Amino acid sequence: MASSPETLPGGHIIGLGETRRKDNWWASPIMTVVYIGAALAYGTWAAFQGDHYQAGPYLTPLYSPTTLADPAAIGGAGGGYGHVWFGNFPSWWPSFIPASPALLILPLPGFLRLTCYYYRKAYYRSFMGTPPGCSVEGVLKGQYGGETKLFLWQNFHRYALYLALIYNVILFYDAGISFFYKGSFGVGVGSIILLVNASLLASYSFGCHSFRHLFGGRLDCFTCDSPSKAQHSTWKFATWFNERHMQVAWISLGFVMFTDIYIRSVSHGIIPDLNTWGANMSAAARPAAAALGL
Amino acid sequence: MAKRTFKIWRGNAEGGEFVTYETDITEGMVVLDAIHQIQSESANDLAVRWNCKAGKCGSCSMEINGKPKLSCMTRMNSMPATGEIVIQPMKAFPVVKDLVCDVSYNYERNKMIPPFSPRPREADGTHRMVQDDVDRIQEFRKCLECFLCMDVCHVHRDHGKQKEFSGPRWMIRLASLEMHPLDIVDRIPLIKKEHGSGYCNITRCCTEVCPEHINITDNGIIPLKERVVDRFYDPIAMLMRKVFGPRKPHKKLPVIND
Repeated sequence: MASSPETLPGGHIIGLGETRRKDNWWASPIMTVVYIGAALAYGTWAAFQGDHYQAGPYLTPLYSPTTLADPAAIGGAGGGYGHVWFGNFPSWWPSFIPASPALLILPLPGFLRLTCYYYRKAYYRSFMGTPPGCSVEGVLKGQYGGETKLFLWQNFHRYALYLALIYNVILFYDAGISFFYKGSFGVGVGSIILLVNASLLASYSFGCHSFRHLFGGRLDCFTCDSPSKAQHSTWKFATWFNERHMQVAWISLGFVMFTDIYIRSVSHGIIPDLNTWGANMSAAARPAAAALGL
Repeated sequence: MAKRTFKIWRGNAEGGEFVTYETDITEGMVVLDAIHQIQSESANDLAVRWNCKAGKCGSCSMEINGKPKLSCMTRMNSMPATGEIVIQPMKAFPVVKDLVCDVSYNYERNKMIPPFSPRPREADGTHRMVQDDVDRIQEFRKCLECFLCMDVCHVHRDHGKQKEFSGPRWMIRLASLEMHPLDIVDRIPLIKKEHGSGYCNITRCCTEVCPEHINITDNGIIPLKERVVDRFYDPIAMLMRKVFGPRKPHKKLPVIND
């Protein structure tokens, strides 16, 4: 008896994507590529627009915090909501790069998601084929180094988390001020969307494996003293979110894009925002900040 | 009663081939039952390792339609209704004969792990710990040592990095010791270097195949990787250790009122 050249003892087939599995193992990686690919494509497109990112008090999360703004941008930051932190883009800003505040801020959430322990599974499987599926042959045969060489930077995930926690506070601030239009309290569909978005992104941070480790998991004894007992509580809190981390990762990613689409559409006047102020939030009803001398 | 076709790999480390068998399947049968029936009807020399037939000994690990599974816990009615059922030995271990593998790698790897070493006993001669402290590691104690996680791990399976990376089962054992409230051995440098925690790229196949549903990746391997980051990669944590010294074992012990 002899094995055919393509198989190992045991009848295991050699070659990229080879497996004896009979189920649709490829469906999950394809869905992942489509979903993450769509989010990346939309996010990149939206980031390069540089306009229509604010509608009334609603600021899209892709442009928050608006560190620098272009006063000539239609539907840009303005209106006295305090969204702009450091004023206008400097005059030396290269003309070939759009004066888009999103370009300054998106690398942070991008790095958080890139190094996230959940997304690693998603893209190592779906985009890099190491492996494409469980018991499916992958790439880099014999040259695989895991996270010991080229991917050592994954170990800095916790630093992205630290910044993301600040980012979560800013998003709740944005959601808070979206309940105030021209100084009066009210509720709009956009306010609710921004609040849900901030909550989902906070849930994503709370379920982070690094969060769970840093706020309790690193201890061996949870009951030895009062600080340890407090950290046991935060560890249990984080564990609850951690058990749902994958679901929250998917939902929050999609919801950020949905929030941007909603605010962009309201700013363009494509859809009206239903709100208690009875206000038209489109950019057409609000001149660019430059025209107001802001 | 329905007849099903099985394609079972027969051979040894030198090579082999798939042999097709047919057998009648009755209600309630698991794949191991079908293999035993084939053994008694038409392949008396078919080698298969098994013991408890109750999903607790971890002996009957094999690949069923390409997926690492316990054959005693894989019900025939969970198989596709038609088509042949492909049975193979595990890929990550050398074949001894037919469906039996040599899993001695695991026992050698286990010897590399410093055993449980508790802190000194308390004044009353006891070791005290609280359930809250051991909840985490009790999950790891469910391990059957079926080695399905080792088989599905692509670091071993596809890349043959058995020397560099100990694999999920041993990462779980390391986690159970490292997180133990009484244990005082520092295994973190060992976890990084000799056991190669960096080789795991968190693709979670080990968790998916675990018959005891141990959350190997989220509760075992990732916490170990984070502890390795604390020690070797996080400059702030490293600076804190330089300034304040390494974290000392807790001196205050929990008081238990009997």
